[in-house]
Amino acid sequence: MWNIVKDPTVTKPVKELKDKWKLLPAFLQVKGLVNQHVDSFNYFITVDIKKILMANSKITSDADPLFYMKYLNIHIGNPDVEEGFNVTKPTCPHECRLRDMTYSAPITVDIEYTRGQQRVVRNNVPIGRMPIMLRSSKCVLTGKSPAELAKLNECPHDPGGYFIVNGIEKVILCQEQLSKNRMIVEEDSKGGIACQVTSSTHERKTRTNIIVKHGHYYLKHNSFSEDIPIAIVFKAMGVESDQEIVQMIGTDDHTLSVFAPSLEECHRAQVYTQTQALRWMGNKIKQRRIWGGGPKKTPIEEARDLLITTILAHIPTEQFTFKVKAMYMALMVRRIIEAQTNPKLIDDRDYYGNKRVELAGSLLSLLFEDLFKRFNSELKMIADKNIPKIKAAQFDIIKHMRQDQITNGLITAISTGNWTVKRFKMERVGVTQVLSRLSYISALGMMTRINSQFEKTRKVSGPRSLQPSQWGMLCPSDTPEGESCGLVKNLALMTHITTDMEEEPLIKLAFNLGVEDVHLLSGEELSHPDVYMVFLNGGILGVIKDYQRLVHTFRILRRAGYINEFVSIFPNHTHRCVYIASDGGRLCRPYIIVKGGRPMVTQAHLEELNRGVRQFEDFIHDGLIEYLDVNEENDSNVALYQTSISVETTHLEIEPFTLLGVCAGLIPYPHHNQSPRNTYQCAMGKQAMGTIGLNQRNRIDTLLYLLAYPHRPMVKSRTIELINFEQLPAGQNATVAVMSYSGYDIEDAIVMNKASLDRGFGRCLVYRSQKCTLKRYTNQTFDRVLGPMIDATTRKPIWKHEVLDADGISAPGERVESRQVVVNKSMPAVTMNPIQTTPGQPQQVEHREVPIVYKGLEPSYVEKVMISSNNEEAFLIKLLMRQTRRPEIGDKFSSRHGQKGVVGLIAQQEDMPFNDQGICPDLIMNPHGYPSRMTVGKLLELVGGKAGVLEGKFHYGTAFGGSSIHEISKELIKNGFNYLGKDTLTSGITGEHLSGYIYFGPIYYQKLKHMVMDKIHARARGPRAVLTRQPTEGRSREGGLRLGEMERDCLIGHGASMLLLERLMLSSDAFQVDVCNQCGLLGYSGWCHYCQSSRQIASIQIPYACKLLFQELQSMNIIPRLKLSKYFD
Amino acid sequence: MDIISEKRTRVQLREYDVIDTETTDFPHTYPGYDDAWSQDKFEKKFKVNIIKKEDLNLEYDMIGVDAAITNAIRRILLAEIPTMAVEKVFIYNNTSIVQDEVLAHRLGLIPIKADPRLFEYRQEGDAEGTAEDTLEFQLQIKCTKNPHAPKDATTPEDLFKNSKVYSGHMKWIPIENQGELYKDSDIKTVYDDILIAKLRPGHELDMKMHCVKGIGKDHAKFSPVATASYRLLPEITLLREIEGEQADRLAKCFSNGVIEVVNYPDGRRVAKVKNARKDTCSRNVFQHDDLKDSVKLTRVKDHFICSVESTGALPPDTLVCEAIKVLMGKCRLFLNELDSAGVGRL
Repeated sequence: MWNIVKDPTVTKPVKELKDKWKLLPAFLQVKGLVNQHVDSFNYFITVDIKKILMANSKITSDADPLFYMKYLNIHIGNPDVEEGFNVTKPTCPHECRLRDMTYSAPITVDIEYTRGQQRVVRNNVPIGRMPIMLRSSKCVLTGKSPAELAKLNECPHDPGGYFIVNGIEKVILCQEQLSKNRMIVEEDSKGGIACQVTSSTHERKTRTNIIVKHGHYYLKHNSFSEDIPIAIVFKAMGVESDQEIVQMIGTDDHTLSVFAPSLEECHRAQVYTQTQALRWMGNKIKQRRIWGGGPKKTPIEEARDLLITTILAHIPTEQFTFKVKAMYMALMVRRIIEAQTNPKLIDDRDYYGNKRVELAGSLLSLLFEDLFKRFNSELKMIADKNIPKIKAAQFDIIKHMRQDQITNGLITAISTGNWTVKRFKMERVGVTQVLSRLSYISALGMMTRINSQFEKTRKVSGPRSLQPSQWGMLCPSDTPEGESCGLVKNLALMTHITTDMEEEPLIKLAFNLGVEDVHLLSGEELSHPDVYMVFLNGGILGVIKDYQRLVHTFRILRRAGYINEFVSIFPNHTHRCVYIASDGGRLCRPYIIVKGGRPMVTQAHLEELNRGVRQFEDFIHDGLIEYLDVNEENDSNVALYQTSISVETTHLEIEPFTLLGVCAGLIPYPHHNQSPRNTYQCAMGKQAMGTIGLNQRNRIDTLLYLLAYPHRPMVKSRTIELINFEQLPAGQNATVAVMSYSGYDIEDAIVMNKASLDRGFGRCLVYRSQKCTLKRYTNQTFDRVLGPMIDATTRKPIWKHEVLDADGISAPGERVESRQVVVNKSMPAVTMNPIQTTPGQPQQVEHREVPIVYKGLEPSYVEKVMISSNNEEAFLIKLLMRQTRRPEIGDKFSSRHGQKGVVGLIAQQEDMPFNDQGICPDLIMNPHGYPSRMTVGKLLELVGGKAGVLEGKFHYGTAFGGSSIHEISKELIKNGFNYLGKDTLTSGITGEHLSGYIYFGPIYYQKLKHMVMDKIHARARGPRAVLTRQPTEGRSREGGLRLGEMERDCLIGHGASMLLLERLMLSSDAFQVDVCNQCGLLGYSGWCHYCQSSRQIASIQIPYACKLLFQELQSMNIIPRLKLSKYFD
Repeated sequence: MDIISEKRTRVQLREYDVIDTETTDFPHTYPGYDDAWSQDKFEKKFKVNIIKKEDLNLEYDMIGVDAAITNAIRRILLAEIPTMAVEKVFIYNNTSIVQDEVLAHRLGLIPIKADPRLFEYRQEGDAEGTAEDTLEFQLQIKCTKNPHAPKDATTPEDLFKNSKVYSGHMKWIPIENQGELYKDSDIKTVYDDILIAKLRPGHELDMKMHCVKGIGKDHAKFSPVATASYRLLPEITLLREIEGEQADRLAKCFSNGVIEVVNYPDGRRVAKVKNARKDTCSRNVFQHDDLKDSVKLTRVKDHFICSVESTGALPPDTLVCEAIKVLMGKCRLFLNELDSAGVGRL
């Protein structure tokens, strides 16, 4: 489609488009950062759910042929909560978060059914509740202004796209998988070529393989006990003549000679007709246990059924004509034959065009369909059972529709992350995750995450490495380190994920554009070398002679808006095919269309955008910008910059920095850094504390870290502006001196200025919540909260209850120390059995104290107390506890360049060096951090920040752009500073001039969540485990510090036997036992029970665990006997 | 100047490093130089010039003194001159969104105008405080809706009363006889426009604060100076005559007024050093390969340009005097220690 234009204007340089990046905010305005989740959920609740309903719309009963129930329509209501019986009230997400409820809406259906002889139509019958995704079309937050959102206690910058289930925010992660219904030719472990198709329809998911064994072609499928020769399958499909088979596959000499043995094998098996072939296959079917279910089928019927429903299930079979399916299979064989001679034709599994991303909507629809089917079959069972019974009231199926099955099914799946779909034999765990609210970035980063289905344990590098086809779709930097490296990926800034689209109009269009219908073709025409085959979503449509015209017209129609903008079309010349794709889960990305060497978007368009008269959508409608998916992208010639446009160029990149994701977008000058540093920062940016949302003070989270004085970064990037990081920052601009100081700065430790800390640098607030529910029990008893216990002598509350208010709950503002009670709850001693009451006397119920106790090294303050109720419990009490912390030695900080370090020293201000203006650094960093890490971006950030501070403006460090060093240097010189950013400093200790120039300026530093106070741990004496009497494990249980195997080996190596004895026994679980030297068994208080004597008893010290082992061995009939001898003999 | 005396008296700024930074004027560093300390020599050499004296800022030159002495004064200014600052906050009510601890921290950092010399340090463990060691402030404020707000008002300032709490809202409460000893103008916050918190209708602050005397070493809020620092006097020597375009370029490498380009009668334009003191030691001349060898940048080792910025409790000149007093006290203490240790004086 590259029209070589002979127009002389092409050679004339086109004026560079200014502010092309402004398309990006326009894009994000309409799409949003987490649009993929919201879009797919919207598609599910508006379109997909109706399709599911229609596919399962009728319930009949075996008991009464006249009975039926038909679903007419389905709706998802507005989110509400049930307050008491059948009373509902509209709700908002924040209420659900606080009250530990599920943000869900009722699913109602319109039904038509028979009651006795009557036909009844009922509308809006509830069948369950659907958790609602935030910011989806059914969510109360959509379309609200920031002020309205504030009224609902919601942060306007919150991206949405997650669910609230039982008060917990849950994200359904995007799942990456190999695309369904596509042929993949690959090499198997033995070096043979195989072609694999994973077919997926609403009913079934099967995998069909065609393999080569000893030069013969076979069909391999797990419903057959052995591989079926391919010619037999063709015959079973009704292609009985060998000529026909060969015509379908290909008639050139090579193909013929390669395929001939397979035909021969069929003859040897003496299969000539369809019936014979079906019988042959039927005998090879694996016997599956079928309970009851219908009359027994003959092998022929079974084989035919299998061919229709299971083998290549995505190719429809109409009235037992297998023609298309046979052609598809023939193509698979042809692909193998071609790949055998030309290894280039083997497909790359890791190529991103072969991948599809499964989103919340499609995962939910799988689950919902399963639940809905189960719901229907249960209704049918009830109908079968109840209709024959004769009752006073007529059988009314509506009374048997229970809501909880669908509701609970959806809620448990989302809250546990276990996705079990029986009909697909799908059992996935960890599909959902709790939305990390450590920082705004971590929440945002989670929404763009893509999880790969690939096993983490396998040692192959292919799926983990960066594929060139991921360009622009996935962030090259943002991936975790370690086991899931490269398997967990993140979307780039402009990536869009498609949803399913109607195929019908596309098929019609393709035929109108000259595609010859596959149904009208013979095998010969299909494999003719002159034609290109046309595929739609993996199914054969037909053939076309002039494929270029098809592709070209198709694209014109798409640009004109006659076809959905997300439909992609591209020719594959090695396959000699044209693929049209309209399926969901493809990654795509907008590009500026270039025609005749000129970008279609002009400066005038951008000005219109600036003035607000043009939206991003208008660019699409006007055919200036179009979406390309990975496959079509590879058929295009995309220029990265306007200057590099040539005659062949078809598209122009909107902005190169959009190839990075959200987390990598925070890094200033990432293109100057060594690439792993950017990856490290992507992981660390998620641990930085700061602001998590504008509603952060209204939230009661289990753990929340906030910065007291967060800053906007001095050096920002376009991405930072686009994701509102400046409104929700996480870090502070620290004045940094890059120099060596004191020796407490080795190994990346940083030295901090005490005065800066006094003034609030790095000060953070840690919020923790305490939860308590007051239940009502079946025996009419209930939990209660009592006021503080008063000391008899002083008439004041006892120390433990000092912070309690009169109502037994700690009051806001109260300082709580470790082991003090915050809620004085007590529980009835008996909750199950009814209580015997003596009549006349008031009921006396015994209560047991179960107080909520605060634990922590440092005291906390109660920030707020919430008393509410939720669906199950009568009362819900939540307390928010607050701690304010200033940085201390050992707290972890990091810049935005993957350079983390702990505080090694807090130095007095007067000891810090100062420059000629008297400025002291907030933080001193050792220059050894630079050479090996090569984080040049950090150097640039420092000068950029310094110039920005002096000029009173923010500099840009946008990837592949940003303020240039020359610009920055000029500003420094203008303000009387050295052009390199190096200052003359005076030592604060000696008062003399420092003999080097010091790189000095502001760098944005993040305080990471790892703080010494949460980790510090030591123990001398303490609690022991009950069973082994050894010290407990872990900081939370005040555990001991383990002397492990390797440490033990070390002591053995040194021969320090007494130390070993002390560490492993005396300091752990030493125990005095009496051993009978006669029988070798353990005695008790100087008496051997076995020997019935005390003569040979000796008292020795052994580890309690050892004694325990002996006793446990005895309990399984193994007698360990001890033999004692004198040490000095 | 010969090489040795240049080494002794000048710090030289080279392109990539600074040399001769260390103080060497003590005996036996260089042969032939008598560096023994003598009162006469010191008195002859020592000079203090006050360059600029404002309410809060002071710039003065100290010439002929060792870096250690100047630095000691600077260090004492930063860390050891006492001032009064809010140390204890008794919060009776705080319904604003600012957390108690953050609010207390902010209050602590507000500079208080009160002469610390008139007060004692508070005894350790004393929670109440007395008139001699404590100043009490009160902050009681409540935000309400403004009933007379204009109809089209949108800003919180118009819509609400007391939507912002400033340091000016802090009221001094005299304890015991403090009311007689000090005037209202003696004891207050230095600035009354420091934003403490923002309130919305229904929010209320009610708290009492105790100001005590403390030193900057303990907490930066007690530091009497915003900063105190010094720099060495820059010196620029042109090693050759620089003229024409090069002269203009040279002048651009320095701050305004450092280099002037003189028009000679014969039409030549030649660079001359006008006022090296204004130079910021940015060394930008080293950018130019043709100029970098024709300029020598040095700094005078015993000429300190000191600057003191007071936070407002005491005027900066008083602070310097106080600092010297503290230094003298330290010296005296040290001498006494020497005496008691039986080590003879010089």
